[in-house]
Amino acid sequence: MTGSIFESEKIKEDFPLLEREVNGKPIVYLDSAATSQKPIEVIDRMTDYYKQINANVHRGAYHIAELATSEMEETRTKVSRFINASSEKEIVFTKNATEAINLVAYTWARTQLNEGDVILLSSLEHHSNIVPWQQLSSERNIEIRWIPITQDGQLDLSSMDELLADVKLLCVSAVSNALGTINPVKQLTDAAHQVGAICLVDACQSVPHFKTDVAELGADFLAFSGHKMCGPTGVGVLWGRLDLLEKMPPFLGGGEMILNVTSDGFTTNEVPWKFEAGTPPIAEIIGLGVAVSYLEKIGMEAIREHEQNLTSYALDLLNDRFGDDLIIHGPGAAVERSGVISFSYRDIHPHDISQVLDQYGVCVRAGHHCCKPLMALLGVNATARASLYIYNDESDIKVLADAINEVGKIFS
Amino acid sequence: MPGLEDLYKEIILDHYKNPRNQGELSVPPAIMEEGFNPLCGDEVKVYVLTDGDLIKDIRIDGQGCSISQASASMMAESVIDKTLEEAKNLIERFKEMMSVHESNMDSEELSEDNDENSLGDLQALKGVVKYPVRIKCATLGWNTFDQIITPGE
Ligand SMILES: Cc1ncc(COP(=O)(O)O)c(C=O)c1O
Repeated sequence: MTGSIFESEKIKEDFPLLEREVNGKPIVYLDSAATSQKPIEVIDRMTDYYKQINANVHRGAYHIAELATSEMEETRTKVSRFINASSEKEIVFTKNATEAINLVAYTWARTQLNEGDVILLSSLEHHSNIVPWQQLSSERNIEIRWIPITQDGQLDLSSMDELLADVKLLCVSAVSNALGTINPVKQLTDAAHQVGAICLVDACQSVPHFKTDVAELGADFLAFSGHKMCGPTGVGVLWGRLDLLEKMPPFLGGGEMILNVTSDGFTTNEVPWKFEAGTPPIAEIIGLGVAVSYLEKIGMEAIREHEQNLTSYALDLLNDRFGDDLIIHGPGAAVERSGVISFSYRDIHPHDISQVLDQYGVCVRAGHHCCKPLMALLGVNATARASLYIYNDESDIKVLADAINEVGKIFS
Repeated sequence: MPGLEDLYKEIILDHYKNPRNQGELSVPPAIMEEGFNPLCGDEVKVYVLTDGDLIKDIRIDGQGCSISQASASMMAESVIDKTLEEAKNLIERFKEMMSVHESNMDSEELSEDNDENSLGDLQALKGVVKYPVRIKCATLGWNTFDQIITPGE
């Protein structure tokens, strides 16, 4: 079915972890929305880095330090092309998406927003794109407003005009990690720009799965994490419009972010290094560069096609097999969603579902997925969530369905 | 379900499906505390009505997984009509059972101890320690109850 351009069997072989067993069963990894597995080339490149060229970057005038620096800076260029940034100077390396969002909250927002301003959030946001704004809101008396959602977990844009009054910052995820909803980012950023607001897009769940073009999205800032896109943990990206980044004060102080320091004070380095205080996660950044190449080699369009087909297969199979016993939250059609499938099964607690699935080697997440405000809107405490990626195929979905059936037997 | 017998024992499933002492008590005279498991969003409310030193009534309310619900239900059943001192003692022994390190377990083969300190039905929850993330579920009700009868902690 999904074989022509895309051979998931072959792709699976690139991921050593997927060869292991769990509880005596072949692993079926369905938690890529939390973190993806890593292809062997990423793992090898990072090991090679430590074996061959480990040296601190930007300082040493010797061979291996130059190699380390140029490999790291090459990743910046790769990432900038990958998301169609206009310059690699717009790529700031952070620890993860959470730090990228906080960077904007502490530098841009704390110099630009004041009492009476409004921050508009979508009701689908991850805690990472909620709490930094709540912190700012309580400091400055800034209002936080929420874009509501419809019954099927899509943003309800029917009262956008009222919602946008006095909005200075719009923060929205491109794709929801809890429901898989694909948000109409361009429509939102256009509307927000009309009232002069700045737009931050949380692209954690879109960059790994969809072709991303910051210009097409109309974003002013965009944040994502390396570990959900075949890269290592410990590195994330903040992309920002160069003119905005240049006007922003530095974030953390220390080495790397300065041009000069005297006993009287310091001058800051240029963008993007002014936001990268201290020794960066060099091996991780290099690993991220390999991950980007890996995804490009497969092709982002092919990845999306595979995931959409597989999602459609999964939705059909689960609906057919379990009927009303299994509720899939979020949009009904695969074209409207990513490969995130959040579900409730009878009244069995998600914790119990994931525990039994684990017995069959199936890894899914159970809980609120760092989206407690959304869970409250959905009227649930938690859901079970299976999330797909390039290495998943129809056989994984069949194992999932069989294992869900076993859950039903225990809690009948 | 090979391997899960230690976790989903029959008595645990029974308490989950038919929770004992479910509901609320009016506050006051009862005391209520709420407990949360931030990992999975489980919530429990424990209501306790005392008469002097005696636990006259206890009720459990809230939502959670089978382990947290069953554990709270079994707790309620075993502390009602006990003295505060006896309840504290039971909490201590239950928590001790929950902190047994996994590596010690295989040697003990989850043996039921038969001395006078036996935890009775509560022993059924001992299998939870094999699943470290579930320990928080099993102790949620107990910690909340502990806050009521050992205030100021
Ligand atoms: C939509 C979304 N935003 C933000 C985050 C936070 O990512 P990280 O923990 O890597 O900073 C996640 C990851 O769970 C996510 O899915």
